Amino acid sequence: MNITNNRLSKEQYEQNFADIHPPFENKTAAQVEANRCLFCYDAPCTKSCPTDIDVPKFIKQISTDNIKGSAHTILSSNIMGAGCSKVCPVEKLCEGACVYNLLEEEPISIAKLQRYSTQKAMENNWQLFQRKPSNGKKVAIVGAGPAGLSCAHVLSRNGVDVTIYEKESKGGGLMTYGIAAYKVTPKFCEDEVNYILSIGGIEIKYNQELGKNILMGELQKNYDAVFLGIGVGVARRLGIPGESFEGVEDAISFIYNIRDKNYSLIPIGDKVAVIGMGMTAIDAATQAKRLGAKKVTLVYRRTEAEKPCTDVELDIAKLDGCEIIWLAAPKEIKGENGKVAQLICSKMMLSETDTNGRKTPIDTGEIFSLDVDMIIKAAGQIPFEELVDMNKMENKNGKLIIDTNYSTNIKGVFAGGDAVNGGKEVVDAVQAGKDGASSILEYLNLTFNLI
Amino acid sequence: MADISSNFLGIKSPNPFWLASAPPTDKKYNVLRAFEAGWGGVVWKTLGSQVKNVSSRYSAVDFNGSRLMGFNNIELISDRPLDINLKEIEECIKLFPDRAMIVSLMADNDKKSWQELIKKVEDTGAHGLELNFGCPHGMTERGMGASVGQDPEIACMVVEWVMETATIPVITKLTPNVHSVVPTGRSVVKAGTHALSLINTIQSVTGIDLDTLVPNPNVGGKSVFGGYCGPAVKPIALKMLTTIAQDELTKKVPISGIGGIGTWKDAVEFMLLGASNVQVCTAAMKHGFRIIEDMCEGMNNWMDEKGFKTIDDFIGKSVENITHWEDLDINFHVIANINQDKCIHCGLCYIACEDASHQSINLDFGKPYNKYTIKDEECVGCNLCKLVCPVEDCITMEVHRKGEEYVNWKDWQDKGLPLNDH
Repeated sequence: MNITNNRLSKEQYEQNFADIHPPFENKTAAQVEANRCLFCYDAPCTKSCPTDIDVPKFIKQISTDNIKGSAHTILSSNIMGAGCSKVCPVEKLCEGACVYNLLEEEPISIAKLQRYSTQKAMENNWQLFQRKPSNGKKVAIVGAGPAGLSCAHVLSRNGVDVTIYEKESKGGGLMTYGIAAYKVTPKFCEDEVNYILSIGGIEIKYNQELGKNILMGELQKNYDAVFLGIGVGVARRLGIPGESFEGVEDAISFIYNIRDKNYSLIPIGDKVAVIGMGMTAIDAATQAKRLGAKKVTLVYRRTEAEKPCTDVELDIAKLDGCEIIWLAAPKEIKGENGKVAQLICSKMMLSETDTNGRKTPIDTGEIFSLDVDMIIKAAGQIPFEELVDMNKMENKNGKLIIDTNYSTNIKGVFAGGDAVNGGKEVVDAVQAGKDGASSILEYLNLTFNLI
Repeated sequence: MADISSNFLGIKSPNPFWLASAPPTDKKYNVLRAFEAGWGGVVWKTLGSQVKNVSSRYSAVDFNGSRLMGFNNIELISDRPLDINLKEIEECIKLFPDRAMIVSLMADNDKKSWQELIKKVEDTGAHGLELNFGCPHGMTERGMGASVGQDPEIACMVVEWVMETATIPVITKLTPNVHSVVPTGRSVVKAGTHALSLINTIQSVTGIDLDTLVPNPNVGGKSVFGGYCGPAVKPIALKMLTTIAQDELTKKVPISGIGGIGTWKDAVEFMLLGASNVQVCTAAMKHGFRIIEDMCEGMNNWMDEKGFKTIDDFIGKSVENITHWEDLDINFHVIANINQDKCIHCGLCYIACEDASHQSINLDFGKPYNKYTIKDEECVGCNLCKLVCPVEDCITMEVHRKGEEYVNWKDWQDKGLPLNDH
């Protein structure tokens, strides 16, 4: 029983954290795949993309050797199109809707093609958007995550001067801090943020936390409008005895550390339990295994049918050798000498369909215990309830309430992304940023133009 | 098992597939490999006064990632010494006596040259001659190749020279670089040619390098019109073949079909439109001689399925099915039907019909899958939706006659029937 770092060799770390979705090796490979695309009309893939990327168009542009045009098609709908090509759960979005699925054929590798074009755009620093001349309007954005950056980019294109206040020392939000390192590298995230900022007109002030270094009142006074893309905070507490033993970790900070530090510096247990079955739980479990944990067990209180992660994600965990216990809810953490020693779980069963249409897990009264030395909590994240309450903003359990114009109850203050929805995909946050920007432009009596 | 052996003007071959006169047939090495692979015969690359070729020589048109949909060359006739060619031809005949050996010829523009060349070739034991009146590049600048084939009088004169001397069957190869192949066809048949072959290549520019702005193929910064062939020319070749197969005079001689043939299906189509056998080049240049296996097996299986015992049972069967527009039945009417169980909701039928045809498809919006159905009363039966649909048998054209009786355009006018019925 121990939690130690530096379990693997440098080569093993590199191998374990290498890009899980390698790109097309060359143009021919990309064109072979691009030519498979049927170029659907009113395409199901586009309709399944939260940012409405014109997928058939950008793929056709790869096949006609118009890569610049292809990148423009992608990025004009989704400025984080490069990152999304690596982190989107495409199996439940564009690729899941590809008509080839209906022929029992492999869907088009949309993400991989998207990556092909956007990577070329970033590598060559193609400037695909021209900023309108400054119109003197100033907007403050809180949070340099996907929602904030997307909002900033649309505003800047339309001539607004944008200042982003970011509490961390790097931009990108959960893209930079909250996703498995084998999906996106810190270097990539930094490059993507810089590429977005290269349009000009956007300044990011780092290490500036709302409520601490900067106050809402100041923002309202100094800017024509404010957009809150503050995301969500730490992992939800389990609310069971023993949660303060050494070895109980929050998935977000665990993943953050992996993204922030050298792999060999991250301590990991021999036997790790991960609580939850969302994307973050998977990212935590797989990375625990890849850091050298001997045994990793995912514990989830419902069954596979109700799991929030996709089949593809679950398969990654299984292939990494993670074990899974369905219908198990943590009941107590037992420790020895102040350190985690056992996770006691209740065996659950599912109710008949409840009022939400989702089956509720019910305690069967039976318990079992797992010998563990580390527990990673990934049962959802908590919104910044205190912060929004403090600023008298309407919210539901901390999630900001907005109207159809993305406006909060405070005039001139808009919001979108995880701070509003409680935590969805990067691509959803990008769309929220675009929609928020559109409402802000209307609020500022500016014409919205995305050409 | 059907019998696919062929007898063309008494020249026998185990199958109706010959390699056309071209680089694959320019020397013993290739020809032996072709015979070993199973080809029924070859037309040896054109002999004449020795020439000098340039580099580069070929270019192509790709389509949606598939190479060589169309192929283009600027190579001249054989650039090897005549005596070596003749010696190798003789050796190949001895090694494979059951295969057809035809020699393509393009002599200088005088009777003596043609007749001397023919005598030399006949001495090899070759089974037949093919007169190259079709090559559209290079040789034409010297008044040869297509320059002969484009002028029925000159073509007639040359064939007459040939027929004075030739003791083996003579096939005249026609150029497609004319408004119609029939005048030259008729002229050379009158002059006594035993058979015709068509088509030779079509003059073309396949494309331009968008960096150098030099068209392909690039010969030191310049290009020249080349001869186009490959799958892209097949429909043009089939049309020209049909005109020869339907003409009262030219249909009296056997035809060797050429132009974009790469599969047994292509070959069957040429033969249904009147070709007694076929010649192949581009497909072999792309894939090698091994394609012959499937060509034989495929044709054999199709014949078994259709009950044809020999190739003569189906040669020319479709010729009468191509008629004049004025003879078509106006009361025949088809309406598209979309099989909803097979539809994958790609919308290609809808957008094609909406933008380019008769707005005959309904779109019921769905997320993510729309539903597409035919507006029966609007559909003119153009086939476009069926042609663009990526799913086999998803869209079918169903017959809904407008009237029971056959009414052609002439009858329609005579009866004063309405024109604006759609």
